[in-house]
Amino acid sequence: MKQAGWNAVGIAVFVVIVFPVFWMISTAFKPDDQIVSLNPTWIPLHPTIAHFTAALHKQYFWTDVKNSLLIVCITVAISIVLAFLAAVALARYRFSGRKAFVVLIIGIQMLPQAGLIIPLYVVLAKYHQTNQLSGVIITYMTFVLPFCVWTLRGFLIGIPKELEEAAMVDGSTRLGVFVKILLPLMGPGLVATSVFAFITSWNEYIFARVLINDQRKNTITVWLSYFLGTSRHTDWGALMAASTLTAIPVVVFFLLVQRRIAFGLTAGAVKG
Amino acid sequence: MSAAAEAHSWSRRRRRFLERSTPYWLILPILVAIGVVLGYPLYWLARLSFKQYGLFELIQHRGPSVGFKNFRTVLHDSVFWHTLVRTIVFTVVNVGLTIVLGMLIALLLLRVSGWVRILLTSGLVLVWSMPVVVAVQLWFWMTNYENGVLNHVLSWVGATGEQHDWYATTFSQLSMVTLLVVWGALPFVVITLYAGLAQVPHDLLEAASVDGARPWRAFKDITLPILRPILLILTSLSIIWDFGVFTQPYLLIGQAKTQSGNYLMSTYLFEEGYFKTDFGRGAAISILMLLMVALISVFYVRRMVSIGQETA
Repeated sequence: MKQAGWNAVGIAVFVVIVFPVFWMISTAFKPDDQIVSLNPTWIPLHPTIAHFTAALHKQYFWTDVKNSLLIVCITVAISIVLAFLAAVALARYRFSGRKAFVVLIIGIQMLPQAGLIIPLYVVLAKYHQTNQLSGVIITYMTFVLPFCVWTLRGFLIGIPKELEEAAMVDGSTRLGVFVKILLPLMGPGLVATSVFAFITSWNEYIFARVLINDQRKNTITVWLSYFLGTSRHTDWGALMAASTLTAIPVVVFFLLVQRRIAFGLTAGAVKG
Repeated sequence: MSAAAEAHSWSRRRRRFLERSTPYWLILPILVAIGVVLGYPLYWLARLSFKQYGLFELIQHRGPSVGFKNFRTVLHDSVFWHTLVRTIVFTVVNVGLTIVLGMLIALLLLRVSGWVRILLTSGLVLVWSMPVVVAVQLWFWMTNYENGVLNHVLSWVGATGEQHDWYATTFSQLSMVTLLVVWGALPFVVITLYAGLAQVPHDLLEAASVDGARPWRAFKDITLPILRPILLILTSLSIIWDFGVFTQPYLLIGQAKTQSGNYLMSTYLFEEGYFKTDFGRGAAISILMLLMVALISVFYVRRMVSIGQETA
């Protein structure tokens, strides 16, 4: 009986927490009359995909998806290479200045993005990088680089050093060890880190909002934030369909890597 | 010493030098990158804060020096101080709610049956994965005064009228932002705390209950001390995040309704520095904000650095 009570509370909490997401999807599939009805229907009767078609055909959707993909892929590709090298240094070597480097990597991740918009905007304007995708990539590196270093370091620490040492004794060179042993073992870690970096850059809003003022160069999050525009009639169904579409790739990726990554921020604390 | 031996020792010295310098070669590329994308802009931030720098100066790429004028203007502006106090209150409320609710749900996870636990954690992960801008649109729709589901539900219960405007007052606006921020932050906190709870030895809690300790006492004397390091980290992270939160207040309240009465630190900085293109004053505000965050980050950074000391 007592167990049943706790379960009931648990289910109630589940319903409250998940409701917004459910409501988004439910609205996205409802015909307009059910959306604005004073008696809301919980599950869409006669579901329609009209809102999704409307969202997909809204101006600049595909252009802005393409922009986001381009920005995110380039950011992640550059960052992961640079970060991997630095992570190897952190996980495998002791050197003077190491602590300062760790402080730098952790410290940067704590900087509030809003505090950086003025300097980034002014410097990028100086080099004609505002309103350019390349400018956005530069700003995204500010948070993707340190994140990748720290997360990859965690994965590298999990790989026993003995494997490499054994290979060295067998006459492999450092580079050989790196290519033949470390890289394959790091595969999953590299994928997980890239995917998570992909998510955080895909979700980014403020830098893109500040730097770009051309609708054809926006990212998808900025596109979504402008969705309602200034029109008096609000197309809630299409907005929710567009929101669902924006969220889908992120949700799928997130579910894939959540277990591997999520504890990076607090890793040491949980281990005690 | 023969020529061969000399050559040998030379090559060994060279190898040792290479070995010792390897970590520096490995971090060099990223240091250069960080210097370009962050170091140089921060250097500019410092310079900007002592300049008169508006749209005209932005185009000219240079502005006249004005000494400490920007800092004086900001520090003598009551809007700054009101914003600071409002942001601190906002942060305390948000962090408090996040941690307390997160703790309660994590404890609840221990009590429920396996299938409810799986259901609840899946729900949390789903919410966790929602992009912030999507979450904002979603809450914007739910709290809409005409057709929003919040008003429907509340009017059924009889709590409010049919078309209550949740964005009419500053307090109400910031309360909506708080709901959104706490909702978004809970999953990470709950799942991390739940992972921590798994470490509390079961027999210790059982022994306590056999000895007649009330659940609250057992929680306070056994569970809480074990969770302390995690709670400290989660709290400091939440403080840092909520103090600098931008997207949620900016988009949920909306550009049109954002004004000095509902500023939080980030929206204040965005409006006064960027939107009004007063980059000099904006730079001064940025520096003050970054310093405050640096101050509250000290604990977290120190903790993580001690973790970062380990190598494999």
